[in-house]
Amino acid sequence: MRIAIIGFGSVGRGVAEVIAAKNTGLIVTAVADSRSGAIDASGLDIAAVLSNKKETGMCGTPDITVSDILSSDAYDVLVEVSPTNAETGEPALGYIREALAGGKHVVTSNKGPVALRFEELHTLAAEHNATLRYEATVCGAIPLMHTIECGIAGNEISRLYGVFNGTCNYILTRMAEEGLTYQQALLEARELGYAEADPTYDVKGIDAAIKLVILANAVWGMKKTLADVDIIGIDGVTSAAIALAEREDQTIRLIGEIDPANGVLRVSPGIIPKSHPLVVRDTLNAVTIETDLAGEITLIGKGAGSSETASAVISDLLFIRDCHGRRD
Amino acid sequence: MKDSPGQLVSVIQPISDIGGNILSVIHERDPEAGGDLLDVQIMCEIPEGSLETLLSGFRTQGVNVLRVGEERFLVRRSVILIGHLIHTDISDTIDTIDSTGYAEVHELSMVMPAINEPSSAKMTIKSDCLKDINRALAILRDVARAKGFLIIEPLEGN
Repeated sequence: MRIAIIGFGSVGRGVAEVIAAKNTGLIVTAVADSRSGAIDASGLDIAAVLSNKKETGMCGTPDITVSDILSSDAYDVLVEVSPTNAETGEPALGYIREALAGGKHVVTSNKGPVALRFEELHTLAAEHNATLRYEATVCGAIPLMHTIECGIAGNEISRLYGVFNGTCNYILTRMAEEGLTYQQALLEARELGYAEADPTYDVKGIDAAIKLVILANAVWGMKKTLADVDIIGIDGVTSAAIALAEREDQTIRLIGEIDPANGVLRVSPGIIPKSHPLVVRDTLNAVTIETDLAGEITLIGKGAGSSETASAVISDLLFIRDCHGRRD
Repeated sequence: MKDSPGQLVSVIQPISDIGGNILSVIHERDPEAGGDLLDVQIMCEIPEGSLETLLSGFRTQGVNVLRVGEERFLVRRSVILIGHLIHTDISDTIDTIDSTGYAEVHELSMVMPAINEPSSAKMTIKSDCLKDINRALAILRDVARAKGFLIIEPLEGN
């Protein structure tokens, strides 16, 4: 199965490396970054592409663009892993639309397009007999979508809640364990590379809310947008508040929750017993799925990182290979 | 009940049948009373709405209930408040809950790190049923919005 990778940052390079290293039956036939591109229908030399990227900052030549790749017939699956834009979803949204409309499968780690245009993209994929997969958009390496779609197929999901943002979890963990102030813990998270220079997206709860929108639409078809989520971040949480919770063997975590029957779609700090499975340390994510047949299932894992995100992308690719790879 | 061996078990059985918990048993033999009957006073926690089932259980066991005493508030919910709690009149915040008649503020622990810095407080609200606790919390959320402080609620409090 032939793969085109759009976006050649750490995730894109990670995906290419795994495909080159493992015998998966996948070949990379096209890559593009913001400045260049490369196409070879018989398969690119990944080692050469990676080395070119390292030396020149470009994965290919400037005369080959994303458009050239999209309009070529050199690929079966588009791996769209360019940086996300939560407001418009572009330019990734356009790339995904074009690939699906051309009957190509799409695997993306890009939250913006999936959160903003889930229904449209889902319909477009169905109309063109293509598959859209987005495991990497929610909780990185945790196989949440696969578990819901396959692992617990046949269950009705009544509620879904958890820790969806590793940066906030790190900050709250450090505040609880070391008595750090919010500002001190945030500074530490930045120094360790867990928080961006502008941490608004994480600490205000927006990143977790986008993941809830994706889940609400994908799991329940709720047709929600970011504006429908009640959002309270962790930037107002004090270390004294955490200490008050800890007196009763509880702590505070940023919890995202979808409870359709009770009209709940929110992200907010919540008090939670320290023995609860959702109380995970550092940058881990954890999600509990409440089901009718299987009861409660809690999944824990790394929610971010290039190799973890690549893991989710590869698993989507192999799912497509196994389920749809021979459709021609 | 009859003052004879095994009679106390006939009182305990209906309580355990409904998932109740005995807090105290006062078992006094009154020499003036005479006869073979005995008064027993029991304090117990029972699930909400199960009093009638319990009373009928006692009757089946041949126990007469003379009096059902005070029902106490037993459902508690703790929340954490963060903000300028004193400057926004914490007494008024407490009064708003207490004046509902169905819920009251039972405990308040507050940490005030420095003047002009937000305070943090753990507030425990008690009531006699979950529905009323949730009504009281909805009122507290409105107060928090109006006064600009943050409420952190327990995860299971939906």
